[in-house]
Amino acid sequence: MNATLETTQTVPVKEPKTYLTEGHTLKSWLLTTDHKRIGLLYLYSLLVYFTIAAIAAALMRMELITPEGDLVTSETYNKLFTIHGTLMVWFFLIPSIPAVLGNFVIPMMIGARDVAFPKLNLLSWYIFNAGGLLALYSVLFGGVDTGWTFYTPYSSTYANSNVVTMAAGIFIAGFGTILTGLNFIITIHKMRAPGMTWFRLPLFLWSMYATSVIMVLATPVLAMTLALMAIERIWGVGVFDPKLGGDPVLFQHLFWFYSHPAVYIMILPGMGVISELITCFARKKIFGYHFVAFASVAIAVLGFLVWGHHMFVAGESVYASVVFSFLSYMVAVPSAIKVFNWTMTLYRGSISLETPMLYALGFIGLFTIGGLTGLFLAAVGLDVHVTDTYFVVAHFHYIMVGGMVTAFMGGLHYWWPKMTGRMYPEKLGQLAALIMYIGFNLTFFPQFVLGYLGMPRRYHAYAPEFQIYNVMSSAGASILGVGYLLPLIYFIWSLKHGKKAPANPWKATGLEWQTTSPPPKHNFHETPVVTGPPYQYSPEETEMALHQSTNEKRAAP
Amino acid sequence: MKFPLLPDEASEAARQTDYLYWAMIGISVVTMAVVFVPLIIFLFKYRRGKKADRSPVELPEMKIEITWTVIPLIIFTGLFAWGTKVYFKIERPPPDAMEIDVVGKQWMWKIQHPEGKREINELHIPLGRSIKLTLASQDVIHSFFLPEFRIKQDVVPGRYTSLWLKANKLGTFHLFCSEYCGTHHSAMTGRVIVMEPAAYEAWLMHGETGPSLAQSGERLYRELGCSGCHENSTIVHAPPLAGLFGRTVPLQTGQFVTADEGYLRDSILLPARDIAAGYTNDMPSFQGRVNEEQLLDLIAYIKSLGAPTPNNSPTEAK
Repeated sequence: MNATLETTQTVPVKEPKTYLTEGHTLKSWLLTTDHKRIGLLYLYSLLVYFTIAAIAAALMRMELITPEGDLVTSETYNKLFTIHGTLMVWFFLIPSIPAVLGNFVIPMMIGARDVAFPKLNLLSWYIFNAGGLLALYSVLFGGVDTGWTFYTPYSSTYANSNVVTMAAGIFIAGFGTILTGLNFIITIHKMRAPGMTWFRLPLFLWSMYATSVIMVLATPVLAMTLALMAIERIWGVGVFDPKLGGDPVLFQHLFWFYSHPAVYIMILPGMGVISELITCFARKKIFGYHFVAFASVAIAVLGFLVWGHHMFVAGESVYASVVFSFLSYMVAVPSAIKVFNWTMTLYRGSISLETPMLYALGFIGLFTIGGLTGLFLAAVGLDVHVTDTYFVVAHFHYIMVGGMVTAFMGGLHYWWPKMTGRMYPEKLGQLAALIMYIGFNLTFFPQFVLGYLGMPRRYHAYAPEFQIYNVMSSAGASILGVGYLLPLIYFIWSLKHGKKAPANPWKATGLEWQTTSPPPKHNFHETPVVTGPPYQYSPEETEMALHQSTNEKRAAP
Repeated sequence: MKFPLLPDEASEAARQTDYLYWAMIGISVVTMAVVFVPLIIFLFKYRRGKKADRSPVELPEMKIEITWTVIPLIIFTGLFAWGTKVYFKIERPPPDAMEIDVVGKQWMWKIQHPEGKREINELHIPLGRSIKLTLASQDVIHSFFLPEFRIKQDVVPGRYTSLWLKANKLGTFHLFCSEYCGTHHSAMTGRVIVMEPAAYEAWLMHGETGPSLAQSGERLYRELGCSGCHENSTIVHAPPLAGLFGRTVPLQTGQFVTADEGYLRDSILLPARDIAAGYTNDMPSFQGRVNEEQLLDLIAYIKSLGAPTPNNSPTEAK
């Protein structure tokens, strides 16, 4: 008894332990089962994959400044776009919001101490990185030149590159994705705090739930498809190569049966983040909560039924194309509903334009353009002309970069104080968001025109009349690069020099804000009890508080 | 400096596609206005610290939600119908179309005209005539893309695909491979040259002209020994080929199949697959013994055999 008293007296006032100060050894990180630490582990590894994939993109944009293939060889160029596609899709976009932000905030948002299976969560990270390292090995030692789509029979018979190693990497990483999805589904089902009913869940959780279902159901199909492709390549078992009695279009059916739902893995979590940001920075309850929630579910379900729209000119039947076209229009409806509801949420709000909100507004703008150009592609007659051109490249970058990456950046800024206990520099944050927005549009908008003019994608050299738009695009990419580097620098800077973050810097209503920043190891000292719906913001009170504080400031001197 | 927005329109189909494109752009602009104008107004009007009426209002949520669900639904259905209409127009070749064969291989396009003229990475066509291209691939998937005609079609190994066009403009236009096919994918390009019909006829006769495709096919038919079984005089019971093309063929399984290019191709390469009713599978596979161009020659020959002779009952095909 005396001894404990003595220690408390000799040690100066100590800050309460947070999840970051629970052990500083490498082991304490690599063997952690804390969902928050695992979220950060994902963040670090994603940064590596993203950087390599971004360098590949930068080299491609440099090559494309001139019509001639003069900077790198065709072989190298083909490897560059394969690095860019595979790493960005499987090792950055798919895990981005789910594995980093999802891992970090899902348990806190529902008032839980951790995910349902913390050890499995750590295992997912190891599996993911085992796959990632294999993928990195395959691109850095020899390279892969099939593109991220691995179309047969090129991949299975003709390509002379590390196809099987790369496929194995993606195959393995897929199990990490499946386990993460499983963990989230069970966590959301079983770990909710008392009073946290389904319709009191923040919308981020609805979208993460829908995403997790897709992860669990779709990823096995990818694993199967890549395995079949590898079996054909290694042992010559005829599945896809017509010379061996296979059907190359079958590969595309299987591949897109996974990859189209995967597109929704790459946007639904972003939509969830936006619902959190818009409500918080407009101080408004979300407009049409149920519609936004069920729109996520509808997207997840319909997303499984539209894969054939990638194959309108691939040799599928005319009537299949027509049906897939119709279903593709249908899946656009719930996305439209979300955009309308976000806009309506701003009505009579008290809107402040901090960095996360700038990203959220950027998301609405870019996602709307991405969605509308999706309508062009869903029209079979028009798709015949623009498919496999830069129009498609521009469209999916608007969704995946303009949408998902923008939402990821918004969410990262929003939860940064919670994750690190530090504030990022606000003015620089706003500047970076603006730079990213300008750079993004300059990079990708010209590509719509380029595509309609007829420039095919994956072209190392191109016809001279396409040059002007390629130069614009490359110029935009360099601005976009600055927009990514700047946050990287000030985020690192803020870890040491940033202002200390209060528990709830945004005065947000989510449960994750009711604990300290950064939170203790088990998130809450007492399990919170939920008594009402989410987003109980009041714009009037916010305005009143603002008035009072300005009046006090005026009165102070 | 030029900022072109559209490629040339070299066919009526191109024009139809462009109409749809402009309509889509129009709808997109209106939709963006519907979303962004209120959004920007709200951003200014309800900016924190600005005086505005922020008292809570009861909006008829259900009515609003239904409105902005149903209106897009109607617009989307309309776009779907329009897109499908354009598609049917560019998908179905008119029956009188002239046929030209195209073989894609890493990394070139080989084109053969029925009269026997062969060219590489260039496609000469006459103005104002419907042309049906039969596309075959020797190796991987390619895609035959003509931006000035707004059409493309993947060229898939192991089967025939087709594409049709009718040029209404003289000139030279792009031909691109638009499905990634390996190292020199971006060099697998060529030109379409639209000529006056008379100039086209002259071009066909000019320079190196081999035998017609059907003649080459007939020579192969003899050399490969097809004639040994498929002509009436032989002991082996094989279906006669005269008049086969285009007919409905009953199969051993009780199913029926139309004897189109794809069926003939399969019958030569995979004879065991679809056996005509009344016959046994005695035919060897010619997989690996004929290349794509030779296959197309053989099919051209079978097509040239014309109408069935009166004593050939339709059930005796193959």
